[in-house]
Amino acid sequence: MSALDKDTVKNIAFLSRLEVPEEKLEPIAQDLSKILEWVEQLSEVDTDGVEAMSSVAEMSLHWRKDEVTSGDQPDLVLQNAPDQDDHCYLVPKVVE
Amino acid sequence: MTKLTHLTLAEARDGLKSGDFSAVELTKAHIDAMEANKDLNAFITEMPELALEQAASSDAKIKSGDAGAMEGLPIGMKDLFCTEGVRTTAASKILDNFIPPYESTVSGNLKKAGAVMVGKTNLDEFAMGSANITSAFGNVKNPWSADAGKDLVPGGSSGGSAAAVAGGLCLAATGTDTGGSIRQPASFTGIVGLKPTYGRCSRWGIVAFASSLDQAGPMTKTVRDSAIMLQSMAGYDVHDSTSAPMDLPDFEAALTGDIKGLKIGIPKEYKVDGMPQEIIDLWKKGEDMLKDAGAEIVEVSLPHTKYALATYYIVAPAEASSNLARYDGVRYGHRAEGELESLDDLYCKTRGQGFGDEVQRRIMIGTYVLSAGYYDAYYAKAQKIRTLISQDFKKAYETCDVILTPTCPSAAFGIGENEDDPVKMYLNDVFTVPTSLAGLPGMSVPTGLSEGGLPLGLQLIGRPFDEETLLRTAGVLETAAAFTAKPKMLGA
Repeated sequence: MSALDKDTVKNIAFLSRLEVPEEKLEPIAQDLSKILEWVEQLSEVDTDGVEAMSSVAEMSLHWRKDEVTSGDQPDLVLQNAPDQDDHCYLVPKVVE
Repeated sequence: MTKLTHLTLAEARDGLKSGDFSAVELTKAHIDAMEANKDLNAFITEMPELALEQAASSDAKIKSGDAGAMEGLPIGMKDLFCTEGVRTTAASKILDNFIPPYESTVSGNLKKAGAVMVGKTNLDEFAMGSANITSAFGNVKNPWSADAGKDLVPGGSSGGSAAAVAGGLCLAATGTDTGGSIRQPASFTGIVGLKPTYGRCSRWGIVAFASSLDQAGPMTKTVRDSAIMLQSMAGYDVHDSTSAPMDLPDFEAALTGDIKGLKIGIPKEYKVDGMPQEIIDLWKKGEDMLKDAGAEIVEVSLPHTKYALATYYIVAPAEASSNLARYDGVRYGHRAEGELESLDDLYCKTRGQGFGDEVQRRIMIGTYVLSAGYYDAYYAKAQKIRTLISQDFKKAYETCDVILTPTCPSAAFGIGENEDDPVKMYLNDVFTVPTSLAGLPGMSVPTGLSEGGLPLGLQLIGRPFDEETLLRTAGVLETAAAFTAKPKMLGA
């Protein structure tokens, strides 16, 4: 299951929203296959009944009041926008 | 008098207090060193004017008795920490014009303590790498290169911070560690690197790589410096729900030099095949040093060690692919130039142009292991093995207090080496990754020189939130090892 072909890489690249030039698909397929082949070793570990770990912090998140603590700073928020107008982000026209 | 750039953080602190020199003099000396050693490429953004302004205000505070714990001490800030009004790039083209309108908690804490920031240090792009060769701003050169007669990597991802401290361009620097990014470069450059317990330092305002693993920590010349700097960096932060709501102990006070009766665990699984003899010898030497200081050596077992690296290379890319989805060319950062046909086209071109090869590789691995049909086989499986790795440590700490291992399987290697195969590069982190997966504090202490005359570190691993015992043990190891070697470039 671990060897990836060019088409699969093309699909992963699109899911990742990365434009990958055609000539790079094959080398990337080889690199990714090598990595996936290497992580394949994990299948030999018996994990039946083992809980999946998503956080190392052994604490429960605490509650806080749902209050507005900041905001109303549109200039700061938009300060790094590549393109903007009247406190709105501008993107290329996408709807005809 | 010793050159100001050769001082430790503690010595400089005491010198400022007793008026031997001013913060402006101290900062000027480091700015000069920074200018004279641009070939190391340790900094992405230098901040000489701001630093001198800060230093002048520190001098005023020292005079009026309002000095903070790190008042007037020049440090480097890894360019992964958002700094208000100062460009923050994460060493990526996609953020090369990003000026944060806010300050990360850790850099803010250091500012509040009076530290003077001389610049933003270079790193692997988005902290993904073990050699500082993936930065969009060029490779960093290890200050020990002249000793080897060829250009060496400083390790990664905090390679610029490591090079800046080892090369005397700042007294100390911040690093971040996701799988070894503080400890491995510390080992490669002969300095002390501490990755605190996950949750000890706030992650707020640090450009995210893998959120369940990322942790900030100090990179310093000595163990005492590490304690001093951690004190100013750490603490609960309301902006990071995973930061620990705990009071901070006095870390410097933990350096008692007494480890009598402490149990040091030696994990037998870390004796990996093909480990160089000099690393095995150094490890044994470290064991003897701690034993001679009155500690008891016990063998411990961490049976899932060999699976840690593969587990990490599923978990970390998965989280990265999700975290890096925010770089869309709409709200901040790079946007693709030229004709754009659709919103997808904008995203794909922006990200294809903005991210380097290693970052793209990890985003794709992460996307793949999280995709429908593969999630259980890869991601869920890795999360379960992470549980087993964490349980291994818990069991080991029933019979020991601190664990001793090598930091890395080798000394620093040449720029251009280990680049043919991504897995070969990943193997650098074989001893540091398990600690990260378990969220434990780990520390690299320079302990000896390789046959080639390059620094080698040993790693100490502590119980969660027991940085005190970790620092205390590291202090003893440091004293016993008496590592005084300096890179030739310092002319010492």
